[in-house]
Amino acid sequence: MHSAKHVTAPVKPELTLEVSSPIFNRSTCYVVELLALLTIGSTIGALCGLISIYAVTLMGKYLCYALAALSLDLIWGRLGILSLGHCAYFALGGYMLGMYLTLQIGTQGVYGSNLPDFMIFLNWDHLPWYWQGSHYLLPSLVLSLLVPAALAFIFGFTTFRSRVGGVYLSIITQALTYALMLMFFLNELGFGGNNGLTDFKTLAGMDITADGTRIFLFALTAICLLLAFLLLRALNCTRLGRLLTAVRDSESRVRFIGYRTEHVKLAIFTLAAALAGLAGALYVPQVGIINPGEFSPLNSIELVICVALGGRDRLYGAIIGSLVLNLVKTIFTAWWPEGWLYVLGALFVIITLFLPHGLAGLPQQLKWHRSNTIKEAA
Amino acid sequence: MSPLTKLTQGASAALTKGLNRVEHKWHHANSASRPHARGMMLYAEDLTVSFDGFKALNNLTFYLQAGELRCFIGPNGAGKTTMMDVLTGRTRPDSGNAFFCSDPQHESPDNLYNLLQMDEVAIVRAGIGRKFQKPSVIESLSVGQNLELAGACNKTVRGTLKRGLDSAEQDYICEILQKIRLSSRANVLAGTLSHGQKQWLEIGMLLIQRPRLLMLDEPAAGMTPEEIELSIELLHELKGRHTIMVIEHDMAFIRAIADIVTVLCRGQVLAEGTMDEVSSNPAVIEAYLGKDDDA
Repeated sequence: MHSAKHVTAPVKPELTLEVSSPIFNRSTCYVVELLALLTIGSTIGALCGLISIYAVTLMGKYLCYALAALSLDLIWGRLGILSLGHCAYFALGGYMLGMYLTLQIGTQGVYGSNLPDFMIFLNWDHLPWYWQGSHYLLPSLVLSLLVPAALAFIFGFTTFRSRVGGVYLSIITQALTYALMLMFFLNELGFGGNNGLTDFKTLAGMDITADGTRIFLFALTAICLLLAFLLLRALNCTRLGRLLTAVRDSESRVRFIGYRTEHVKLAIFTLAAALAGLAGALYVPQVGIINPGEFSPLNSIELVICVALGGRDRLYGAIIGSLVLNLVKTIFTAWWPEGWLYVLGALFVIITLFLPHGLAGLPQQLKWHRSNTIKEAA
Repeated sequence: MSPLTKLTQGASAALTKGLNRVEHKWHHANSASRPHARGMMLYAEDLTVSFDGFKALNNLTFYLQAGELRCFIGPNGAGKTTMMDVLTGRTRPDSGNAFFCSDPQHESPDNLYNLLQMDEVAIVRAGIGRKFQKPSVIESLSVGQNLELAGACNKTVRGTLKRGLDSAEQDYICEILQKIRLSSRANVLAGTLSHGQKQWLEIGMLLIQRPRLLMLDEPAAGMTPEEIELSIELLHELKGRHTIMVIEHDMAFIRAIADIVTVLCRGQVLAEGTMDEVSSNPAVIEAYLGKDDDA
């Protein structure tokens, strides 16, 4: 009783399936070129004395935020996990490198002891065990990636397994960074308490305040940002990248086609934390201090606004957003420091209402708008 | 349940699960629990689910043979979707048993699965595919990308670290595209498809996984008459090759595809038989036209 519609041996269709886009599309090429130009130009400019060292360090700081924003864009823009505590990983990475820099001070501290000054102050006579890994640069760098990643892994393991998501997850991430902030304020924890770690002298034998070191750190940050951007761009072009979009849009459907979405989320969340940790590690030697204030929920919210301002799920949007926001912040906090929070809040409202695709999506938005008005007029 | 209790529960559950990591074994039916009947593909026995005292399923028992196309009908609230939720791991029943055998002719502990001990992903991987009432495709991916993700052989994080499709995957996707009549739309975003086309894409995403058992929840809902015609054709093509369960309200559609119809009412099987048999059954007429009639 089969219907007679049986097609005999299906002719192989002349169909090209396009599932993956090229890594180096136009926008990616632009970003790579611009970043390379910025790095080389600024480095040469600074070496020749055309650009002030202050500006170079400021730019390096912005690029660190951009790297952190990039990692947030991976989990928020692509995977749909809104973390309101992403700076916790940034700060942890910073602390890991800060510990190395603190130990590098050696006997040049106020008390002339091998122990960090604040430990003398606490009457400690030896380094706690968790400081032992911070004697050398390489292990410290590894730790500044691994410690945030480990925290993110533990956090993600418990939350994603129990299917906590959406706004609950956001609140928990925020609570986590707040709890960490309170914890790092404690003197007894052995991270310098309120004052954090500062007064750094040398980094791998180089004077940390020397112009050459500052230019080097800036260039290093720019290269790390570029590499991270390319890594994430390549990741987004794989099947995993498409899977992340799928998890964001319809997690239950993805589960019902046989993927363990919690594993996917866990892997990406951990990767993002490691990248944020790297950003923190690059940030601390440039600003010369790390204190519990870096865990403040406000920083994380600023990072979210950076990504929203630039435009989600574009990677380069996060970079644009953090550069613009931090530039505005630098200018504004010099002019009217008390007003910054109002501006930040207003900015968030404006973005949500008028710029759903951020600055990076503005040209497209204008194009739609124009074509719609033409249609209406016609 | 507050997120915090969920969190701690999740942590302890994950820990115990992690300690005995024999994931591929733990859900196989052991000798202590096994179905009463034999030789079936699906065994649903005495399933009871209650939501706040309301019994969505009330000792529901039915069996499904390999190769069957079984339709489930019943007035609203009869428990049809809840039944699928239970069988696919979405809802845990209060009591009862549910087993799935991927190869009923050679039934053994290795291919007999205790569905109630498995989560959604394990059930999908055992060979049960489900289409939801509301079409759920991934709208911001293209039709081809939807099928690519569904059809991937290796569904681990590491397995998805590849760029495009190999030629075997490409050919298979094209074959499925033809089957679901979407060849011409392979590279457009799934969100731009019509309601009916989304339903087909969702069916295609199931077919590409080569499931043993297909569960289709309202495959004809919201379709134009032409689309319904094509859906009937599609189901006739699938019949015999797959075992299929269909929930549907459109009686003409059911008449066109069904061999055996099971009528559910108040979480129980009310009648079972051919369409003609059940539609002349007084109890069924009563259930549809009686006081429950709000459909």
